[in-house]
Amino acid sequence: MKRALCALLLSMLATAGHAVDNTPALPTDALQARYRALTHELRCMQCQNESLADSNVSLAADLRLQVRELLIAGKSDAEVRDYMVMRYGEFILFRPRMNWRNSWLWSAPVILLIAGAAVAVRIIRSRLRLLASDDSSLDGFDP
Amino acid sequence: MNRFLWPLIGFALLVVVLIVGLRHAPDKEIIASPLIGKPAPTLDVPDLIDSNRRVTGTAQAGRWYLLNVWGTWCVECRAEHAALLAIRDEGRVPIIGLNWKDDDAAAIAWLSQLGNPYQAIGADRDGRVAIDWGVYGAPESFLVNPQGVVVEKQTGVMTAEIWKQRFLPHMDAQRGVAP
Repeated sequence: MKRALCALLLSMLATAGHAVDNTPALPTDALQARYRALTHELRCMQCQNESLADSNVSLAADLRLQVRELLIAGKSDAEVRDYMVMRYGEFILFRPRMNWRNSWLWSAPVILLIAGAAVAVRIIRSRLRLLASDDSSLDGFDP
Repeated sequence: MNRFLWPLIGFALLVVVLIVGLRHAPDKEIIASPLIGKPAPTLDVPDLIDSNRRVTGTAQAGRWYLLNVWGTWCVECRAEHAALLAIRDEGRVPIIGLNWKDDDAAAIAWLSQLGNPYQAIGADRDGRVAIDWGVYGAPESFLVNPQGVVVEKQTGVMTAEIWKQRFLPHMDAQRGVAP
């Protein structure tokens, strides 16, 4: 009984894993791997928070087929992304590319790091100056 | 005083950035089409009603047309049908239909039941043309100018107000500058 139940649960897992993407497999493992990666990083435009790979709406199925055909036709990953962006806009990419509109966002970490370092250097320098001008020992100093 | 001034200014700037960000958060329902301002993608599909003919964008070259993507499976398409009939009756621009991944017989029945606002209807049975036009949810309507450039797009139901406010001005402007 227990074993049968276990088998039943396992078989349910198996169907869940393969329910969505019924696009035929690509001819080589390398192409299949690229197909998997691309369909996971392209957005399903109808459901928006799902990737093409995870969505079972009909447009996602059409676009998966399109990705498959582009890859078989020898297109590079960048060309497939460009193909989608030309039609659906940057929004279709889950990982936004750098452009002039979001360049400030990409550079923000560097700018913040430099600003933080500048503040730190200033504070350290003023403390050093304070230390140099002060003859008393640190004994009894209570922060 | 000075010790607290700069952090305060920094905090105030952050607040401004966040308020602007919240106010201008893009409406997730509507995504601007990258097609606007670009030449219309190729349109060459079999005619829904007469399979010996084809519906093409080149046949419309030199004049305005409205491409309307629809399907009988699309609930909102029924909601915009009256507005499309009104646009047809207005007579400013021919409407070309693109019947997206639909059953031909159901589409023809729909038109005889609700009226046919289209000058011609192309059947995009496998959805290839819709992909080229970046369609992601019917109904969608594209206004194409005489030079073959997409100038406006409505994602979702077309209404008389949207037509008047966003679409007609394009045609009025072009007529204004024409000799």
